[in-house]
Amino acid sequence: MSNAHTAIHGDHHPVDPSVPVEYHEEENSLRIAGFWVFLGSDLVLFSCLFATYVVMHGRVAGGPTSQQLFDVTGFTIETIALLFSSFTCGLATYEMRRGNRNAMVTWLFITVALGLVFLGFEIDEFVHNVSIGATMQRSGFLSAFFTLVGTHGCHVTMGTLWMLSVIIQLIRYGITPITARKAFIVSIYWHFLDAVWIFIFTVVYLTGKVV
Amino acid sequence: MNGFANWAVHFFMLDEGPLIWLSDFLIGCATIGIIVALTYFKLWKWLWDNWLTTVDHKKIGIMYLIAAVLMLFRGGTDGLLMRAQLSWPNLHFLNADHYDQIFTTHGTIMILFMAMPAIIGFFNVAVPLQIGCRDVAFPYLNAISFWLFFAAALLFNLSFVVGGSPDGGWTSYPPYVENVFDPGPGENYFLVALQITGIGTIATGVNFLITILRMRAPGMTMMRLPMFTWSVFITSIIIVFAFPVLTVALALLLIDRDFGSHFFTVTGGGMPMQYINLFWIWGHPEVYIVILPAFGIFSEVVSTFSHKRLFGYSAMVVSMIAIAILSFIVWVHHFFTMGAGPGVNSFFGVSTMAIAIPTGVKIFNWLFTMHKGRVEFTSAMLWAVGFIPNFLIGGLTGVMLAVPPADYQYHNSYFLIAHFHYVLIGGTVFGVFAAIYYWWPKMFGVLLDEKLGRWHFWMFMIGFNICFFPQFFLGFMGMQRRMYTYPAGYGWGIINLISTVGAVLMGVGFLIFVWNILWSARFGQRDTTGDPWDGRSLEWATTSPAPEYNFAIIPTVKGRDAWWLMKKTGESINGPKGVPFRPIHMPNNSGRPIIMSLFFFIAGGGFIFQWWVLAIIGLLGVLVTMAQRSFEYHDHHYIPVEEIEKTEAAAGRL
Repeated sequence: MSNAHTAIHGDHHPVDPSVPVEYHEEENSLRIAGFWVFLGSDLVLFSCLFATYVVMHGRVAGGPTSQQLFDVTGFTIETIALLFSSFTCGLATYEMRRGNRNAMVTWLFITVALGLVFLGFEIDEFVHNVSIGATMQRSGFLSAFFTLVGTHGCHVTMGTLWMLSVIIQLIRYGITPITARKAFIVSIYWHFLDAVWIFIFTVVYLTGKVV
Repeated sequence: MNGFANWAVHFFMLDEGPLIWLSDFLIGCATIGIIVALTYFKLWKWLWDNWLTTVDHKKIGIMYLIAAVLMLFRGGTDGLLMRAQLSWPNLHFLNADHYDQIFTTHGTIMILFMAMPAIIGFFNVAVPLQIGCRDVAFPYLNAISFWLFFAAALLFNLSFVVGGSPDGGWTSYPPYVENVFDPGPGENYFLVALQITGIGTIATGVNFLITILRMRAPGMTMMRLPMFTWSVFITSIIIVFAFPVLTVALALLLIDRDFGSHFFTVTGGGMPMQYINLFWIWGHPEVYIVILPAFGIFSEVVSTFSHKRLFGYSAMVVSMIAIAILSFIVWVHHFFTMGAGPGVNSFFGVSTMAIAIPTGVKIFNWLFTMHKGRVEFTSAMLWAVGFIPNFLIGGLTGVMLAVPPADYQYHNSYFLIAHFHYVLIGGTVFGVFAAIYYWWPKMFGVLLDEKLGRWHFWMFMIGFNICFFPQFFLGFMGMQRRMYTYPAGYGWGIINLISTVGAVLMGVGFLIFVWNILWSARFGQRDTTGDPWDGRSLEWATTSPAPEYNFAIIPTVKGRDAWWLMKKTGESINGPKGVPFRPIHMPNNSGRPIIMSLFFFIAGGGFIFQWWVLAIIGLLGVLVTMAQRSFEYHDHHYIPVEEIEKTEAAAGRL
């Protein structure tokens, strides 16, 4: 750790084979650490949206309630798709550590595809809600619902675009410390979104179906 | 055509009277003047290569400070306009609308566009040098942070002459600021500009957290960090956890205003209190974000000019950590009168009072550092010494406000106004001035003049007390904040007049400060040693200003006050003689951060005026610039050994 400064803007250290490839340069290790801190702040952002949602949940202003609105099949498929995508994303990291570029790229593609399935069902749910008049202008509850779930959806959208750009770079340059770091960071972002979704699944959908 | 002309007149606020015309004229003159001067002296390329595209923390720090001083001028002008309006009963120099806009922009600019860039500027100027490294962890991201702040400040200031300023106060409470009651682009300017600068600030927090955790020179353990760096470390943690809350509060309110949702409306199931809670969950930590670095600055200044080690180093660290934790559990004291009930109010009253304990520890530590020291009353030290009694007044009145039953009497009165000006000016602004005098030679290689510095200090400090001390009494006499005029017969007139005189003296103090900068640039004493104050931390070990790479060889630190120890033992900053230099790996300049901030600016305009095409263009631009960065692989270069040798020889360090 104390050697960090020389490596950043100084010399490159000899590679220590015992650490994973994405940590092979100090600069990469810094960026990964920085990204963890960013995820901490993103977690605070979601916490506030959750708190707002919980406050707003009963404030339906005569409009549809969560019990009437939520569709079990839809959100179950979304959950399964996203949880599986986290698993395939983990497999991509596993293949990266073993140096299998092609297998890694394949798993990342599958991850993106599952992400798109998730987004498809979410968009379908939103469109359906809007078509029956359950828009975010209808009530405080719906404002909070669309904003919380939509913010997560925006994150997933960004994640798929980002992952595609990493896939292109992996195909172009192979697994290098730099591309490995990029893939690793996008993968912890992806796992983070999965963790947030578990809370949305529990706090919004499951609870909303019961209460 | 007539319709368009009407729209344009309204859009550019030409129907608003002479104050706007004058502003338009002055802004036009300044813009044309800058463009003509840059073109005449052929400085465009120099500006682009050396400043607009730089990723060097020292230059970014300087740009932050220039912006902060300009914003101090803007915010100060707002303040003087308010004091002019209030100087006597029944004045109508400003009408109610204009007064509302001016107190809103005054508060917002002073907190977010003056105090924040000033302290973040000093993060940049001092921290990498103090911990013995060559730049921050993410230099490119650092440039993005600055340009986002800059775009946001530009956007916010534009509201004065395009479309209309926000008028909901710097806290922007719903339901008043909802579309129904406050239509037009004004509040959108507030929401969007703060959103953009907030994103930059979160990035700054991440950046300095990792820089301090991971980039310290060998031997620079956490408990050997200079106290300013410690304060930046704690502040960065607060930024990372507090600013996202602001992001959410602003986003939800903007969604209400732009898309008609019902988060904070009085109809449709909205809940205005939710905004107020979110705002202050950010807002209270925010005041510690601007005060803790000032504490760090005072620790450096007091220790340097007492020529003693800082007294109670560990206690200083622990008390800052305690303040950071407490800062997150006191927010309800901003609205005791909302009626949360005695249990809740008592909890927040007690937690608020508890902050006085670690703060008191720090005050005593500064006093004991001076005790039996060889105290040298330079300008920087004057600000530090002046800070103690002034901040004490602010702190003690804060404890008074923390008592919920008593707060029902003081709430939103001029007592509160006086209190927070005593902590924000007596703490943060004094700290920023101390830092300016202290680090000016390190930034520019020139010392600010001491005689003008003393004039600046005394004029500003006396003016500050004449301006704000009487406001405690105005509060007791029933004068409420944000009232634009008042009838005669309450006995407020003469006290307000005294307060206004004080404000004018502060303005004179500011002008002396500006004169000092200009005078010193031309005639000031040059700092040839790099260590004009007989300093203690590593920034004084290098040339003033520091070379691009800061340290030719990364120093090895053997204790607290690293440079002081080296001087005692006669060591060179470059280590033992004869160690060969090696090429230094440095990040390349990049024009992308400023271009990206331009897209943020465009998107911001779209959200302010609800021109969705503009918003989409801006956001797409942001995405494209991010993708371009992802595909950028050659963003570093090496400084060759010959160049390092040349620089080090010129500095006399070979």
